[in-house]
Amino acid sequence: MTGTLTLQDLRIDQGTTPVVALDLSVAPGEVLTIMGPSGSGKSTALSAIMGTLAPAFRQQGRIILQGRDITTLPPHQRRVGLLFQDDVLFPHLSVGANLAFALPPAIKGRATRRARVEAALAQAELAGFADRDPATLSGGQRARVALMRTLLAQPCALLLDEPFSRLDAGLRAQIRGFVLSRIRDTGLAAILVTHDAEDAHAAGGRVITPLGAPVVL
Amino acid sequence: MLRRHFLLAAASLFALPAHAQTAWDNILEAARGQTVYWHAWGGDPKINDFIAYVGEQAQSRHGVKLEHVKLASTADAVARVLGERNAGTLTGGAVDLIWINGENFAAMKDQGLLFGPFAENLPNWTYVDVAGKPAVVTDFTLPTEGYESPWAMAQLVFEYDSSRLPQPPRTLEALKDWVLAHPGRFTYPQPPDYLGATFLKQVAYGTLADPSVMQAPLDEATYEQTMAPMWAWLDEVTPALWRAGKAYPQNEPALGQLLADAEIDIGFALNPGRASAEIAAGNLADSVRTFTFEGGTIGNASFVAIPFNAAHQAGAQVVANLLLDPEIQARAQDPAVLGFQTVLNLDALSPADRTRFDALELGIATLSPADLGPALLEPHGSWMVRISQDWIQRYGVAQ
Amino acid sequence: MISGGLLRWAPRLTLALLAGPVAAGLLGTLIPAFSNDAKGFRALLDWPGLWPALRLSLTTGLAATALSLGITLLLVASLWGTRVFALIQHLLAPLLSVPHAAAALGLAFLIAPSGWIARLLSPWATGWAHPPDLLILNDPYGLSLTLGLVAKEVPFLFLMALAALPQTDVARRLNVAQSLGAGRIAAFLVSVLPSLYSQLRLPVYAVLAYSMTAVEMAMILGPTRPATLSAQVVIWMADPMLQGQSTAAAGAMLQLAAVLAALLLWVGAERIARHALIRLAEAGLRAHLVDPALRGLAILTGSLTAGALILGLASLAVWSVAGLWQFPDALPESLTMRTWMRAAPDLIRTGALTLGIAATATGLSLALVLACLEAEHRHGLSPRAGALWVLYLPLLVPQVAFLPGLQAAALRSGAEGHWLAVAAAHLVFVLPYVFLSLAPAYRAWDNRISVAGLSLGASPARVFWRLRLPMLLRPVLTAAAVGLAVSVGQYLPTLLIGGGRVETLTTEAVALSSGGNRRLIGAYALLQMLLPALGFALALLLPALVFRHRRGMAVTS
Repeated sequence: MTGTLTLQDLRIDQGTTPVVALDLSVAPGEVLTIMGPSGSGKSTALSAIMGTLAPAFRQQGRIILQGRDITTLPPHQRRVGLLFQDDVLFPHLSVGANLAFALPPAIKGRATRRARVEAALAQAELAGFADRDPATLSGGQRARVALMRTLLAQPCALLLDEPFSRLDAGLRAQIRGFVLSRIRDTGLAAILVTHDAEDAHAAGGRVITPLGAPVVL
Repeated sequence: MLRRHFLLAAASLFALPAHAQTAWDNILEAARGQTVYWHAWGGDPKINDFIAYVGEQAQSRHGVKLEHVKLASTADAVARVLGERNAGTLTGGAVDLIWINGENFAAMKDQGLLFGPFAENLPNWTYVDVAGKPAVVTDFTLPTEGYESPWAMAQLVFEYDSSRLPQPPRTLEALKDWVLAHPGRFTYPQPPDYLGATFLKQVAYGTLADPSVMQAPLDEATYEQTMAPMWAWLDEVTPALWRAGKAYPQNEPALGQLLADAEIDIGFALNPGRASAEIAAGNLADSVRTFTFEGGTIGNASFVAIPFNAAHQAGAQVVANLLLDPEIQARAQDPAVLGFQTVLNLDALSPADRTRFDALELGIATLSPADLGPALLEPHGSWMVRISQDWIQRYGVAQ
Repeated sequence: MISGGLLRWAPRLTLALLAGPVAAGLLGTLIPAFSNDAKGFRALLDWPGLWPALRLSLTTGLAATALSLGITLLLVASLWGTRVFALIQHLLAPLLSVPHAAAALGLAFLIAPSGWIARLLSPWATGWAHPPDLLILNDPYGLSLTLGLVAKEVPFLFLMALAALPQTDVARRLNVAQSLGAGRIAAFLVSVLPSLYSQLRLPVYAVLAYSMTAVEMAMILGPTRPATLSAQVVIWMADPMLQGQSTAAAGAMLQLAAVLAALLLWVGAERIARHALIRLAEAGLRAHLVDPALRGLAILTGSLTAGALILGLASLAVWSVAGLWQFPDALPESLTMRTWMRAAPDLIRTGALTLGIAATATGLSLALVLACLEAEHRHGLSPRAGALWVLYLPLLVPQVAFLPGLQAAALRSGAEGHWLAVAAAHLVFVLPYVFLSLAPAYRAWDNRISVAGLSLGASPARVFWRLRLPMLLRPVLTAAAVGLAVSVGQYLPTLLIGGGRVETLTTEAVALSSGGNRRLIGAYALLQMLLPALGFALALLLPALVFRHRRGMAVTS
């Protein structure tokens, strides 16, 4: 289920201004970091890979995941997971239902699905939290639920949109460690977007700008 | 069921010629299971209740379902039939039966919008007091010719609160003096409202040199001169009316409400039993009484008619006949129910039916037939139309 | 819900459903107006009341609109962000659902010389043993009609302003302007009003069009010598003579022209006001001194508006259980349930039909509006300015101008008189309000939820049903309650398309109002109000119940 994420000559222009120009591959288990100040096109690149690019942008090139050309596929068929700056848990569902929402329909049977949810919670050291209201969780707990939810959907690649920037310093390193180790365990190709050098450093992979220039940390 | 049907048919064999009998039987047969839409003014819960009662009777006696379509104005139903004809709906129309008289009847008859003649073929027609109450076959001087069937008699009756007004004025002249002496305490519904126009005709009766000219269609050549005394009377009275004539109540219930609210001291209605019924319903104080003018007041009849394109003409005839049933007529005359005067000739009724009427209490504010005084004939319809139009010109538009 | 391809057509279908009946109806009215050598127009010109009636339509409409807008802006300008504002908001919001007829009937009894206010003050304060002969109701200048319209339109404009405020960044702008030394009102006028008004413009036009053409309010509160033009058109429509119909059609066309003229006049006034505002801003308007006085005025007018409606409705409630109630008694001599008992079968039957029609019209509207908004979201469609005008079309074109034509069409097709036809006609009026009520919340919904759902492999349909709809339960139910209220209050469409055979609480209440029986009117008007009120209660309670264990779903505003 893991595989290489290839951006083949991906170019995105806003009007006549190029905002993204990337031609590269991310190997399974690798975390590529895109860095740059806000408004520099980092998130635009992620939107293109997700398939949610606003019509105002013009996109060229191809996106290939695990040998599949996903350039024109609708977002929900791309199998690209996404972690936001905020956890974006669904506020009307319990913690367990949030996780179950992500389970592929191929996993059938109430008991089986429930067991998968419980297992994911246990991995995140949140056993017994299934029936909790997400609003009652701490920031760190919510971040872990969000990651587990993303992983339960069995994505082929993972996009991280400044997922640690809202966490306070103490929690930040802990959650970052948790997320990065999960990515290595699952062997996902991942792209991290951040403006924080420490995040980029911890990711341990290549660091580039949205226009493809290498960044020296 | 069949047996009872047979017996009923056999019993009425004595009353009707054989061919009429079979014809009515066919109508009864066709009517069974029909739903009759009776378009009737719906502004008075007492009348609405009475129509609901007629509906129960129609259902239990003849298997006819009666739906009361409550109108704000009878003209709505007339306009509906007209609209249907213009749209090419020549059968299956929405209106089966209309509570109607006067101008609306004249308009429908004139435009060929009515089914009939049917009224004089109704089995209960034999009880109708054609000789004693000529208004049952002459609607605003227009012969009904069987295109509408009467169901209630009406006469203009004034209402006043005896606790505030011990001696009401009993002539038109006295009324004028009283209004001028008590500004703001009298008014009439705004013409072309039916009751308002009736009041104008009453004024005409009291002021015209020869009121009998109104029995013929109006003559343009002499109209202005003929009516001058009526306008003079109104001109004199108007500044002393309620709201100085700057606003008028819109209809009979609105006028009645003004009396109930003590905004005016004298009201009137086209129903001698209205005051008693309103007292019984707790809407008027029990000190309210009625009076008529010494020379008499205008009287007419209420009818039902069937549109030419009515979907349920058989059912509609059954309901029209039922409205002439002595039991139902007696109920309508009960002041606790409606207080409408009957259209039947009491002498033609069986003793049992006769006692239904004799047993009725008059009601605390209702005049006896003797005290009611003579019913003056309605003028020809053309007068009402013209007087209403001229009233609008003179008083209906703010100066 | 609907598959993607179909969904893309939803906005166009919806606009056609709104514009189609209006256009067809206008055409159907236009033809009889000009037929027979324009006989209708000649009869219209011969009517002596024409110019006074036209003048009345214009003056009452313009005055009611200006006052409603003035009061609304005054409330927002001087009270926004205060506790009083929240209180007024809670008072006014439910009053939006009060049908016009019920509001007018309540107000009529409140202010009549024999009405509740006079009874409460007599004879001890006024010395009146019987009602004074004062021309308050149905006054020739249409003042009580204007008052009634204002009382009914302020809640509407106020709620539209509330919906628009978040997009105008009001708090920051007020702060900035006030920090530059402007008084509160001056700060509002200069910094908030321009962008707020640009969003209020269409609702204001709708209020102007409605105020000029209101039928049931004019029949109850308006002058009678003559009546306003629209009330007179309805009187002509019911005329048994053929010429009445063409006169009515001609009158309706004139009414349409009058509304257009008034709108032009209003647009002109907007221009002048804008220039004046710019001048004021350039002159460095401060005007601290007026703030306290205007704040008092805002509280006074706001509570007068709400109070008049509430007291009027309360008086109807008392009448519905009154025995004999004579002037100047402040309360009835006795209380009785007789009115309710006697009317119960009719009330239940009529109430059920009213609810059935309202539920059908609202359900369809809601489905269409959701389809439109979802299509807008999924296909990145941005509504053109023209679309918004079409949405407002049924609210801008006078009902008397296009409903008669629509009725003729319904007659020809045989649909007339069926409750489903009535529900379809209601849809034309319900849908715009449902859209206006739901769109802001729908568009403001956090789109990251949708992206998160899609990234988890959920299809757009699953995102809609499992995430968006449940999360928007409260605004969806509120929009449904608004739709319900609009449908319940419809008078003319029900009367005309229903052919008098479809009796709803509103047609019954207006028919009864001609009979003046206050007890029965009270019962019908109360029920007429109760249905929408139940809808709003449900919209408030159901989400609170469903999400009682979800703190993230609590109301934040």
